[in-house]
This record gives sequence, structure tokens and C-alpha cells, in this order.
Amino acid sequence: MGIGWAHMGTSIVASFLASLVECVEALTVVLAVGSVRGWRSALIGSATAIAVLLVIIAALGNALTHIPLPIIQLVVGTLLLLFGLRWLRKAILRSAGIIPLHDEQAAFAKNSQAMRNLGSGHSTWDKVAFAAAFNITMLEGTEVVFIVIAIGAGRTGMLLPASLGAVAALIVVIALGLALHRPLARVPENTLKFTVGVLLSAFGTFWVGEGMHLAWPGADWSILALIAAYLAIALTMVPLCRNQAQGVPLNS
Amino acid sequence: MNWLKNIFREIFALFVDDGSFALAIIIWLVLIRWTTSHLNLSPAATGILLFAGLALILIESTVRYARHKRQVTGNG
Repeated sequence: MGIGWAHMGTSIVASFLASLVECVEALTVVLAVGSVRGWRSALIGSATAIAVLLVIIAALGNALTHIPLPIIQLVVGTLLLLFGLRWLRKAILRSAGIIPLHDEQAAFAKNSQAMRNLGSGHSTWDKVAFAAAFNITMLEGTEVVFIVIAIGAGRTGMLLPASLGAVAALIVVIALGLALHRPLARVPENTLKFTVGVLLSAFGTFWVGEGMHLAWPGADWSILALIAAYLAIALTMVPLCRNQAQGVPLNS
Repeated sequence: MNWLKNIFREIFALFVDDGSFALAIIIWLVLIRWTTSHLNLSPAATGILLFAGLALILIESTVRYARHKRQVTGNG
């Protein structure tokens, strides 16, 4: 069977949303660095990191073709489960008000202050600005690379749709950053993380099952069933956790 | 090379922030792997079992964290 539409569509959406979250976080820091210390070094730092990441993607993509598919599915599925369930758990706890929401404005203010504390940087070449922009783009970009590979490596021909989702997210965030010149504080980050956690957990479960040679009922369509099941559980967990944190017994 | 160390730390943190949660997931996957090779369960039933275990681990971990938070903050 070729790549099912259920599979390809969910791959693009999962990759786009997950990459969007990471790109927004990177943009906040790059904006702080650029606005305080100058844009030239900050943009060169980010562009260098993106070039390094592209080399890593090319090398990993080539290496993956030499590994048997069931092993990739098992390993990538396990990593995807650890990653996706961790995101989902955190998103549930954030939605329940148990851990604070990520605040892009606060992150921008904190990073701007940190850049100011490092002194003047408006010379031709600013090492601090370059390093700060390079670091954050590498850190968040590494997560994007992992997400793309994890979503795309589980089946032949899936790497392209997953990459397209990530590239689309990068273009959207760059365009919004250029247009607005301020952090994307109104992006509903926890809702995105909640959605991505559900999608990645479903993909991880599916890949691990495939890697163990389990026969999923309905083949690729079972991904949609897994998404629905994880979503139902996660939505049920939000009020339950809120009550637990406030001391309301489980059976009340 | 500080950035490289940061990246490795960040990559590890991508997968693990609560050690017992990550460990429970790994143990469950190992158990399911053992089940598929030693017990004569149908592949579809094992798939449902795989999902059910992971869902239970998620539920237990989030409820445990919420209760722990209540004890720390002294609510209820």
C-alpha cells in the first residue's frame, strides 16, 4: 500500500504545528538579540545554524536509507513516544493551570535584558549576537530536525511531506517576524503543544506497533483512531488534574 | 564547545524531564515486545494493549504530578 492520505495529511500537520512552536521560540530570542545588539550578526548567526542543520539533515537522511525499516520504526517510534507523551503531559498540566504557560513577551524581555547586560554591540561584527542567535537557532532547529525525521522516517516517501510542513512553518514565522518585528505572543502556544503532543503520541504508538509487526486494525486509518483516543484522554485529564491540584477527590 | 554541550543537554531534555515517566514508557514497550514474541496474542489485540498501557502511564503521571503540586502548595 502506498502512502495513505490519512498518513500524509497528519504528517504534514504534525510537522507544521510542532515546527511552528519551535520557530516561534527561536524567533523571540533572535528578535531580542537583533533589536538590542544589531541585526547583521544576529541574522548571520541564525543563517549559519540553519546551514549546519541542513547538512545534518542531508547526512542523517542518507544514513537512514541504510537501516532496515522495522528498526527505524521501533527506535524512532520509541523516541517519538518519549517526546510526544512528554509534550502532551506538560500541555495537560499547563491547561489545568498546574504549571505556568510559556510567555513569549516575558522571554523577549528577559533575553533583551541579558543582551543589554553584555554591553554595547553595534560594531560591524558582534560575536555575542552571532553566538546567541546561532545557539538558539541550533537548539530549536535540532528539535525541528528530530521532529521531521521522527515523523518522516517511519515509511518510505514520508520524509518529504514532513519536511514540507517544517519549511512552511519556518516561512510563516519568518514572514510574521519581518512584518511585526515583535515576539508572536498571541500564538496559542499551549494549544499548539497540546495538539502536537496528541499527534506525536499517536504517530509514536503507530510506529512502535509497526516496528513490532503488529497489525493495526484499518491499517493507516488507525492513526486517526489513535489521535482521537489520545485527544479524548488528554481533554478528560485537564479537569481531572485541576481538581486533583485543588484537593477534590477523584470520585466527586 | 559550550554550545555543543548545551545541544546534547537539550536533546536529552527533549525526551526526559520526569525520569519515572520516561522509564515507565520504556518498560511498557519492552513488556509489549516480550509479549509479541512469547505470548500468542493477536497482533490487533497487542496494538490495543500497547495503546492502553501508554494511556494509563500518561494518566498516572499527570495525576501524580497534580497531587504532588497540591501537597507542595498546601491546597485542599
